[in-house]
Amino acid sequence: MTMIFGVPMAVFMGQLTLGLVNGAFYALLSLGLAVIFGLLKIVNFAHGAQYMLGAFAALLGFRYLGINYWLALVLVPLVIGGLGMLVERFLLRRIAHLDHLYGLLLTFGLALIFEGTLVNLFGVSGARYATPEILQGGLNLGFMFLPTYRAWVLVAALTMCLFTWFMIERTRLGAYLRAGTENSQLMQAFGVNVPLMITLTYGFGVGLAAFAGVLAAPLYPVSPTMGSSLLIVVFAVVVIGGMGSILGAILTGLGMGIIEGLTKVYYPEAANTVIFLVMILVLMLRPAGLFGKEA
Amino acid sequence: MTDSHVLKAPSVVAKRQRRANLRRNAFYLALIALGLVAPFIAYPVFLMKILCFALFACAFNLLLGYAGLLSFGHAAFLATGGYTTGYLLASYPGLTPELGIIAGTLVATLLGVLFGVLSIRRQGIYFAMVTLALAQLMFFVFIQSPFTGGEDGLHGVPRGELFGFISLRSNMAMYYFVFTIFLFGYALIQRTVHSPFGQVLKAIRENEPRAISLGYNVDAYKLVAFVISAALAGLAGSTKTVVFQLASLTDAHWHMSGEVILMTLLGGVGTLLGPIMGAGLVVSLQHILSQSPLGNWVSVMLGLIFVVCVLSFRSGIVGELGAIYRKNFK
Repeated sequence: MTMIFGVPMAVFMGQLTLGLVNGAFYALLSLGLAVIFGLLKIVNFAHGAQYMLGAFAALLGFRYLGINYWLALVLVPLVIGGLGMLVERFLLRRIAHLDHLYGLLLTFGLALIFEGTLVNLFGVSGARYATPEILQGGLNLGFMFLPTYRAWVLVAALTMCLFTWFMIERTRLGAYLRAGTENSQLMQAFGVNVPLMITLTYGFGVGLAAFAGVLAAPLYPVSPTMGSSLLIVVFAVVVIGGMGSILGAILTGLGMGIIEGLTKVYYPEAANTVIFLVMILVLMLRPAGLFGKEA
Repeated sequence: MTDSHVLKAPSVVAKRQRRANLRRNAFYLALIALGLVAPFIAYPVFLMKILCFALFACAFNLLLGYAGLLSFGHAAFLATGGYTTGYLLASYPGLTPELGIIAGTLVATLLGVLFGVLSIRRQGIYFAMVTLALAQLMFFVFIQSPFTGGEDGLHGVPRGELFGFISLRSNMAMYYFVFTIFLFGYALIQRTVHSPFGQVLKAIRENEPRAISLGYNVDAYKLVAFVISAALAGLAGSTKTVVFQLASLTDAHWHMSGEVILMTLLGGVGTLLGPIMGAGLVVSLQHILSQSPLGNWVSVMLGLIFVVCVLSFRSGIVGELGAIYRKNFK
């Protein structure tokens, strides 16, 4: 059997795929954070909880309403995104004029409420969500076995990332968004409905988190705490990459996933911590982040 | 504060100042007297818990309220102090508790230097995210290290004999020891805030570019504030470990970092007494809820308080009371 640095090829490639899949989630979530941060200037601490709500909505929708995976992939981001818009409209907007740290604290409170409520309703142990039939099984590529669902997650997440990039960088709406990020008061003076745009942006960011949640549902146990620990890693990813650039967020997310996957192969004890260590390294060498402007 | 007195005769100013000092001293003496008789009224262990968390919140408030830095990773210092003290006292039976606490505080201080140097490189929300990530790193370190007992934590840490001859096994003796530590921590913070150093910190909080242009080495000031805050958080954690004779992962979890933010916010950010009141309220609430059928809803309640505080109660209880007092009685 082929070996790579003393590890069987199949194991190596398997961990690499796992890392890439995790990285795709980091990319999707840090992208959502970056989009929200760009316009609202707050860090959405509820992002992990909203990701978790996405997974739960898929699970419960299937259990009680018979909504299948594909429908959930479309509906859940819309519903959770809509919920996010309500949060923005009725809570975040009221503190928009204050120090942005208050936004962080408010969304942190929301995260506690969401997580705590679901822990009480469903317990902390995770529930399983069945992989859709068409995506079960896997492909034997000769040098490795590639589970179909993981391949699909990778494709779907990256497509969504690129779609977001296209929307923001290449459409008129995206141009408004970028202009609003630079100077929202001037935008409003030009007659753009900035408050509406802020609501939609927050909804979109939350929708991205929920989309990631639905993608994650068949992969990881669906539990109320699935979002919070992931979010802290995503924060580290955001610090590493900086929130200035969309492509930067995607690349950093994938890169950190790969690094984490490879650490699992060569030094499993550090797999949980390697991203934080990379963050420390980046803070020492390039404090503004790999793709960041000095903030 | 003294601007309006500038035009008045100096003797009037001096008299007012003296009177204000007198009032403040009387107030503090009353509080200390309350602290001294409290264990005869309420359960000492409960009071000690409040005092430990009050010290923790005061330490956190030094950073948020006076330097404007929101740390989301203060649990790391609490836990580092707690684990160090717990490990030392449990492994070396000859060690007296005060030495164990000093050691725990020192290790937390060192960690504070390390985290401080890294995190003050970024500002605002990035600072919050960096501290959170660093604290999570410590959480994993504590899970995996052999000396922390992993998921079980450290149990049966002996309280021992203070200075080698005062047994702390009785809760009363322990209480007065904790109360002394708390007073020491509070006095240190009070002195820091009212010192020229504290004034510069406030200047940095209000307008950092201006502080820089006035020639202050802003990063050095922030770092010192961070380290003092970390040291006192470590002191709180060490003391807590001696009181409860255990150290566990709960102290290192990000929920704990969130709780201390809530205590400070609820009591009043940037007020000296606010964090104490906030800690008292949050600990009491947790205590009451845990004995009621709503025991599982603690974190939801804390989340709700967070939201309410941010939306309509931003200066906290002490802050609001202070505003009412200034409006009506001055």
